[in-house]
Amino acid sequence: MAERSPWAEDRARAIVDDHRAMPGALLPLLHALQEEFGCIDEPAVPLLADALNLSRAEVHGVVTFYQDFRRTRPGRHVVKVCRAEACQAVGAESLLDHVKRTLAVSEGETTPDGAFTLEAVYCLGNCALGPAVMIDDTLHGRVGPARFDALAKTHRAEDPA
Amino acid sequence: MSTPRVFIPRDAAALSVGADAVASAVRAEAEARDLAVEIVRTGSRGLLWLEPLLEVEGPDGTRYAFGPMTPEAVPELFEAGVPAPDTAHPLALGPTEAIPYLADQHRVTFSRCGIIDPLSVADYRAHGGFAGLDRALTMTAEEICAAVTDSGLRGRGGAGFPAGRKWDTVRTAPGETKYIACNADEGDSGTFADRMLMEGDPFLLIEGITIAGLATGATEGFIYMRSEYPHAITTMRDAVALAEAEGWLGDGIHGTDRRFHLHVRVGAGAYICGEETAMLESLEGRRGQVRAKPPLPALEGLFGKPTVVNNVLTLAAVPDILAFGPDVYATFGVGRSRGTQPFQLAGNVRRGGLVEVPFGISLHDLVYRFGGGTASGRPVKAVQAGGPLGAYLPEHLFHLPKDYEAFAAVGAMVGHGGLVVFDDTVDMAAQTRFALEFCAIESCGKCTPCRIGSQRGVEVIDRIVAGEDRDANLALLDDLCTVLADGSLCAMGGLTPQPVRSALRHFPEDFDRPPHTGTARQAAE
Ligand SMILES: Cc1cc2nc3c(=O)[nH]c(=O)nc-3n(C[C@H](O)[C@H](O)[C@H](O)COP(=O)(O)O)c2cc1C
Ligand code: SF4
Ligand code: FES
Repeated sequence: MAERSPWAEDRARAIVDDHRAMPGALLPLLHALQEEFGCIDEPAVPLLADALNLSRAEVHGVVTFYQDFRRTRPGRHVVKVCRAEACQAVGAESLLDHVKRTLAVSEGETTPDGAFTLEAVYCLGNCALGPAVMIDDTLHGRVGPARFDALAKTHRAEDPA
Repeated sequence: MSTPRVFIPRDAAALSVGADAVASAVRAEAEARDLAVEIVRTGSRGLLWLEPLLEVEGPDGTRYAFGPMTPEAVPELFEAGVPAPDTAHPLALGPTEAIPYLADQHRVTFSRCGIIDPLSVADYRAHGGFAGLDRALTMTAEEICAAVTDSGLRGRGGAGFPAGRKWDTVRTAPGETKYIACNADEGDSGTFADRMLMEGDPFLLIEGITIAGLATGATEGFIYMRSEYPHAITTMRDAVALAEAEGWLGDGIHGTDRRFHLHVRVGAGAYICGEETAMLESLEGRRGQVRAKPPLPALEGLFGKPTVVNNVLTLAAVPDILAFGPDVYATFGVGRSRGTQPFQLAGNVRRGGLVEVPFGISLHDLVYRFGGGTASGRPVKAVQAGGPLGAYLPEHLFHLPKDYEAFAAVGAMVGHGGLVVFDDTVDMAAQTRFALEFCAIESCGKCTPCRIGSQRGVEVIDRIVAGEDRDANLALLDDLCTVLADGSLCAMGGLTPQPVRSALRHFPEDFDRPPHTGTARQAAE
């Protein structure tokens, strides 16, 4: 699980200064900011616009175009369940239903205890060992409902009480 | 006696089913026995149903496979005192290369994957790595382009465009600054060959990209990787740093005065960014919206400069073409589909994995001889070939040879070589609905048919399945497909009719079920 600091203007500026000179810097910058803060905070938009000589609308347009960039902090763990064809062929839809039921959230939502944010994704490159799930940056294969429950339990147990 | 060697993959798919736990168990067992054992972490051999696949090296260097390994099965490996190949271990599979799935392949691009330590330049060199680049360093740009053209190599990313021709366009385009942009967005469901290669033999891709630079006069390149591949991104970044440190990238490649700089960039969860012009927009830091062509990216690509855009597998095929000569590569394949193609068997298949064979193999051979039919043991109902924009093919078309033209003739495509197998519980109306839903979700928004028409299509399917005005709605769906096919700027909207129409044509019964009778899947449960 990544450390997720609250928004800090000077830290954000330092990240921007590290990346602004690279060609096509906006995506690498957004990734770096999200890595640090867990999401793209509202004050990041004018900061980026200013640094890259873009309008706020342009920056906002990029942030909203890409699935990856979040506007709010996620839970301690991000659970990505694959719902693309190869995983569908081995029960991805019923796995996703199970996950939604047991975590009591829909796609994009975070559990009330802040442990998990659920996302549906389209292919994790593990299509011969589906259903595939990624928790934070770790890929899991052949995830049936029981294996998912075990994974969820382990992750909750690892978290500080 | 030399230290016994054990090979365990560090490929993300192998890790996803416990390869790390197996490696820890081997280490623990060796320590408990006070034995020195060298554990080499490799890429995957691509026999994915056997992962985690562990290999033990025999005295003559032959590797013996065990799999799918579990930590519990590790102690038994040491029955004879050391990890021994000739054990009666219940998971023993014999010499890895004799396993029919591997023995029946013709590995060219994937010849090293699963064998070497992916992050050792020395290991790569010892297995013939950088021979193609060394050769290219002695050739003119024109000669390199000609060799690639003569090999017959076509783009492996989907469209099958001749690679040599594209390179030559960039080579002869005016301008000082040119770029190589490697498309590693691999968004198609059912494909993982790019990922496996980048995790298992990353220097091969670096070598291919560098050769593309020499062939076109580009001195800077980008690899655009999808963010869903964090493990591959780390491996690729490490490999680029190692290649720089050892003089294979940067200023002065391998002691010459040639230079090439390579950067790894990461996408952000948009399927459309696999389309080459959307990828270029994204690399430039913008929304991933498709550009109108012309201008061709080869003339006005990244930052407006002449740019080679090629798929990972296209670029990775190049080093061998140069090392062994274009004629050798062109001896494989059929018709205008030359060389080998790494096919990927995925979905409901008993033996899923990577199968690299010459073009011309039949779908039947891939699905049954290699794949062993479905994982569920039920009959195969359909195979979706070539990703989410590819057709659903029924059994009676399985005799088709894998060849760009033969597939195009039946409204299907080879694409990136992915094959997704479905058993008889699949509901083709649901798959059709998904194809349209996917198009609506992933549309870049530029064309109305793709953005709005796909959403309309979802509603029409729902009405068909509910039995409302079936004939009128089927006609409406067909009209929508025509509008999508004719009125879309790119293949996202343009090819979504492929899965839709193929499903309607080959599986009409799934669209004509009395409402509320449920699907075969529900009946099977
Ligand atoms: C919607 C869409 C998605 C695509 N996704 C990919 C992809 O993930 N990887 C890829 O190499 N090509 C993809 N392509 C094909 C590229 O546009 C382009 O043809 C290819 O990268 C050229 O390289 P090649 O000639 O080596 O195949 C996609 C095309 C479309 C229309
Ligand atoms: S067809 Fe769809 S994805 Fe392609 S350019 Fe048009 S709107 Fe964008
Ligand atoms: S389709 Fe689920 S991992 Fe590829």
